[in-house]
This record gives sequence, structure tokens and C-alpha cells, in this order.
Amino acid sequence: MIRLPARLTGLIVAAGLALGMATPALSAGSPDAPRPANVPWSFSNPFWGMFDRAQLQRGFQVYKEVCSSCHGMELLRYRNLGERGGPEFPEAMVKALAAQYRVTELNDRGEPAERPAEAKDPFQSPFPNKLAAAAANNGKAPPDLSVIAKARTYFRGFPLFVVDLFTGENLMTGPNYLYAFLTGYQEPPAGVEVVEGAHYNRYFPGNWVGMPNILADGQIQYQDNSPQTVSQYARDVTAFMYWAAEPKMEERKRMGMFVILFLIFFATLLYFTKKKVWASVKGH
Amino acid sequence: MSGHSSYIPKSGIERWLDVRLPVVRMMHDQFVSFPTPKNLNYWWTFGGILMLCLVTQIISGIVLVMHYTPHTSLAFASVEHIMRNVEYGWLIRYIHQNGASMFFIAVYIHIFRGMYYGSYKEPREVLWILGVIIFLLMMATAFMGYVLPWGQMSFWGATVITNLFSAIPIVGNTITSLLWGGFSVDNPTLNRLFSLHYLLPFMILGVVILHVWALHVSGQNNPTGVEPKSSKDMVPFTPYATVKDGFAMVCFITLFAYFVFFNPGYLGHPDNYIPANPLVTPAHIVPEWYLLPFYAILRAIPDKLGGVIAMVGAIAILFFLPWLDRSKVKSARYRPLFKQAFWVFAVVCVGLGYLGAMPAEGLYVTMAQILTFYYFAHFLIILPLIGVFETPKPLPASISESVLGPKTGASTTAGAPAAPERN
Repeated sequence: MIRLPARLTGLIVAAGLALGMATPALSAGSPDAPRPANVPWSFSNPFWGMFDRAQLQRGFQVYKEVCSSCHGMELLRYRNLGERGGPEFPEAMVKALAAQYRVTELNDRGEPAERPAEAKDPFQSPFPNKLAAAAANNGKAPPDLSVIAKARTYFRGFPLFVVDLFTGENLMTGPNYLYAFLTGYQEPPAGVEVVEGAHYNRYFPGNWVGMPNILADGQIQYQDNSPQTVSQYARDVTAFMYWAAEPKMEERKRMGMFVILFLIFFATLLYFTKKKVWASVKGH
Repeated sequence: MSGHSSYIPKSGIERWLDVRLPVVRMMHDQFVSFPTPKNLNYWWTFGGILMLCLVTQIISGIVLVMHYTPHTSLAFASVEHIMRNVEYGWLIRYIHQNGASMFFIAVYIHIFRGMYYGSYKEPREVLWILGVIIFLLMMATAFMGYVLPWGQMSFWGATVITNLFSAIPIVGNTITSLLWGGFSVDNPTLNRLFSLHYLLPFMILGVVILHVWALHVSGQNNPTGVEPKSSKDMVPFTPYATVKDGFAMVCFITLFAYFVFFNPGYLGHPDNYIPANPLVTPAHIVPEWYLLPFYAILRAIPDKLGGVIAMVGAIAILFFLPWLDRSKVKSARYRPLFKQAFWVFAVVCVGLGYLGAMPAEGLYVTMAQILTFYYFAHFLIILPLIGVFETPKPLPASISESVLGPKTGASTTAGAPAAPERN
């Protein structure tokens, strides 16, 4: 019988497995699309990264002026735009903004009637329903953007998924991808077969996407003096989409700090209590 | 460990109750004066932590149900409604979602602790079997819970898992239709999984009560695996175990809170934020991380029925562990060969988990097959053989001796009377 110390055996096996797994993992990790770059978001840090209010407001402007002609955000309500931890538009502005949209409801006589939207109403979608959305867009409805920033990712693999545990970078794969996607349109490389009615995007899985490149430099007039470039537009609207997907992020991180600090303090007290209680037990 | 009750009712109402329904006496005997081995290490705190997990899941789950709508057209939006509009709904939902993972982290540590220290051996076989039943119920509950948000992974996970039943000869298709409530995963499926997801945790609670009962009959195992010889080996549950368990629980809650507040998406899959769409299959359908080793075993076998049998077998074999391990020595501390086999097995399980997350193609499948073979070989070949060929190290005469060293135990000659039993 061979007798290696247990730890050593474990180590050898672990190293062997890690090597064996890392090799195919690398090759499997190179899909047809390149890995999106890390964008330094104001909210990247998992512990204290917060939203940039002005950026969220600009992002909403991009959504409203460009994206919203095809994409809905049905899970949001207009009031959310004025709530704490979001773009924090003033209340009057939110009301005025909502009033620009029309909501159809049944009136007292049971007939469909239009009224101006109010802060409590959900974001009005550009199409009356999914079928209409699909019919107007080559047979495929543009996805709702409410939680899309949490619904997109790219391959992490070993050892990145271990690093993610501490850096929270996994949470940023959605925004990183969306930004890369919005800025990833280009002419198809020579020799690539062109798909009719689709557009070539470096970062889209399969490269051919129904959505055209809709952002152009100088297209949206910002109120502040942020650069009016595609890159800035894409960054702002992505930040807005991340807030839309995770509207309680700021509250969550703030409360988390309190909770963790309290727990560590409480655990310390318990540790010393435990030591004291066990001091009389021999051998401890 | 059921000794004499040391409970003395102090107030009038306690005396009144004690002769009618002695619940206070029972709680006192089981959780205050109950003797626990004094040499338990922190791996023994996970029983209490698991109780905490179960209670957390039940309470947060009950609150979630107050706001959730089990209908294919409303479920996804109702979960988001909880995240957005319900006061602290995001907190309750993230606690429940991450709580499932924390539950499994704790249960896997608990199971591997039991394996390492031989806690499944006589007289704790029934205790172990009840534990395996709880584990099975947990997996079923977690799977059903994952279906409820009705995202892409919910839907396709449900499709893959319910389809497994169709592999059963003759009755397979009937069972699958019954599970579906139709001819595919649809609203009736969501409704029955929701109903069962609410039922099973209470069944778990029931089996947990039996599990604790069995534990309190046989007493706790301990790191030496030597049964307690006298009261010197023991300390009362309160304050010793309560304060130690309490400290461990708060540490565990800190880790739990880290996920809930700072990385709530780490243990989940982004695809589940895409509403379920029966017409679009995700590129890779993967279950939650805690089911991955079994998923890897399922996919390692090229035949559907064979895969299902292997997967079920991987869990079922745990029921027989008390009889597959032939050694009379419990703790791996005194079993050099078993200790090595244990660590290799642990690494194999982690490896299977990794492979379960990878696409089922090429080298991944081959490796999953090798590890699946090893998984079963560990139970069916390695453990029985080790029981025969291993020479265990000398056991301490008692728990006290192992703690204090043989010096203080002057009356016992170290080693000699504790000659290990061989099988």
C-alpha cells in the first residue's frame, strides 16, 4: 500500500484535475464572439459602487429618444424615475413626462378610453402586444429591456468564476456586454456570408442581429456637457438599464454594510463569550 | 443518551403544565441538559446551521407566496413585482434565492463531515438514512423552487428534469404526463410544482424532527469516533453547545449576508432573467450549482435510462453507506487509507460539479465518465476493500484521553487497551 499523507494526495489530485479541466476550458471559452471589455462603471464595486445620477438621467434620455421606439420596459413605472437610488428626476418632471403618454382603460360605460399616463402607470410599450412587435420587426419582437442588464452574460470559466466571488465582476458582465454590443457594429469581415435583414455585430452571439446600429455621434442633445458620442450614449443607456434591472441596488449595498458590520461585531462578542464559557472545560 | 431528566419546574404554571404535557421538560432535556461530547469541532455546528437555513427558507418563502402569482403569464412579472414594489421584497427574495444555495453549502459540509468521521456507523445508521431522505427532499424542493420564477432556466430545467421520468419503461410517459398535467411543461406543471414546493419543506421539517430524535437517542458522534465512556467526556448542551453553535451560526449568516447584499447574482444564472420561452432553447441548460455533480453523472451515460439510473443510484447508494464501509473504526483520524480515499472522493465530487456546468461534449464527457466510475467505485470497491486491508491507528481509550493526552489518564495504559478492532 502506498501511503502518502492525505493532504498531499489531495493536492496532487486537485492539481491534476485543475490542469485537466483548465485546458479544455480555455478552448471552450473562445466562442465566435470576443470577450467584452471591462467597463469602469460607477457601480462596479460590489460594496460601495453607486449610480451616477446624471448618467442615469442621460441614459433615460437615450432610452426615451432612441431605444423606446422599439423596446418596452414594462416592469418599470414612471414613478420609479423619481425614486431614491435612481435617476431621481424631480416629481413635477416625472408627472409631466408620464403625461406625454396615453393609457387606454375601460371607462364607466365599459368602453375603451384614453387618458394621459400618470406616475403610477407602467412604462408604455411601443407596440400594443408581442405579435404586433414581431410583425413590425421582421418576425422577432425586440426584447423588453427591464431586466436585460441582468439577463446577459458571457463565459467566465475557471479561474475567473472564483475571482468573481470577491470582486463581484460577474454582476458587471451584463452591462459590459450591453455596452460592447451597442458599440460593436461593424462591416462584416470579408468572406462572411451576409444574412438578409440582419446586421453584423462583433459581440452578438452568432454575429448577425436584427437590430440595426441606431447610435450615431451627435445624435442626442445632452443638457450637460458630456461628450455626445456613441461611446458615451452606449455607456449612459447601459447604466440606465442596469438601474432598471436592479433599482434597489443602492439601498441593498448601504444596508449590507450595516448588516455585515453588525454581524462581525456580534460574532466577535460571541467568540469571546464562547471562549469564556469553554475555559473551564479541560483540554480546551 | 436519554438519561434521567434533570428538569425541575420552577413556577406554578410550569408544574401545572408538566403533569399534563411535559413539553418544557422535553425541550430542557433535549436542548439544555442534553450531554454532548466535549471534543466536538466546528464541523459539528452545521446541524444547527441547517435548522436555521430551513426556518429561514420557510419564513421567507411564506412571505414570498403572499405576493407571488403561480401562472405562466404572470409568474415572472410577479417575482419582479416583489423585487420592485413590495417593501423590502428584494431583500426577502434575495434571502430566499441565496438561502437555497446556503442551505446546500451547509448540507454538503454536514454530509462530508458525517462521512469523514464515520457518523453513519452503528448505532447511527437510521440517523444517517433519515439524513439522506432529507437531502433527497431538499433537492426536489430546490428544483421546484427554481421553476417558480418562470425564467428560461426555470422552464428548460423543468423540461429536462420532468423528461427524465419518461425514460422509465412502460409507465414513464404516463408519469411524465401526470407531472406535466398535459403534454408539455405548461401552466398546470407550474401549478403543481408550486403546490409541492410549498408542501415539501414541511415534510423536510417532519423528517428533521425524526433526524434530531434519532440523534438524541444515539447521541452525537465525535471527532475520535470513540463512544463516550463517562460523564467526564461530556458537557451539557447549554451553555456549551448553544454558545458555540450560536457563534458558528452568526459567522454563517455573515457569509449568507455577503451573497445577499453584495453578490446576489453569483449563485444564480443570468438566463433566468429572460422570461420563459418554449420556442427558444438556451445554449446550455444547467441546473443550479448544487445539483451539478448529479447532472454530470446523468449526462456521462450515453443512454437516457442508463443516465437516470446512474443519477438516482448516485444518491441511493448513500443509503447503503453504513454497510458498504466495513471498518469498525469510525473516524478518519485513525484510518490512514480511508482518509486519503475520502479526500480523493471529495475532489471527485467537486470535479463532477465542474463538469456538470460544462457543455456535454468531447473531453468533458470522457472525464465525467471517469469521475462517475470513480464515484461509484468509491462506495462499491474502495470502501469495502479498505475495511479489509487497512490497519487503523491506535484509538484513544476515551474522549477525555484524546483531549488531554494519555498523561492525565494515568490509570489507562495508552494504546494497549485501545487496540483497534479489525474487521
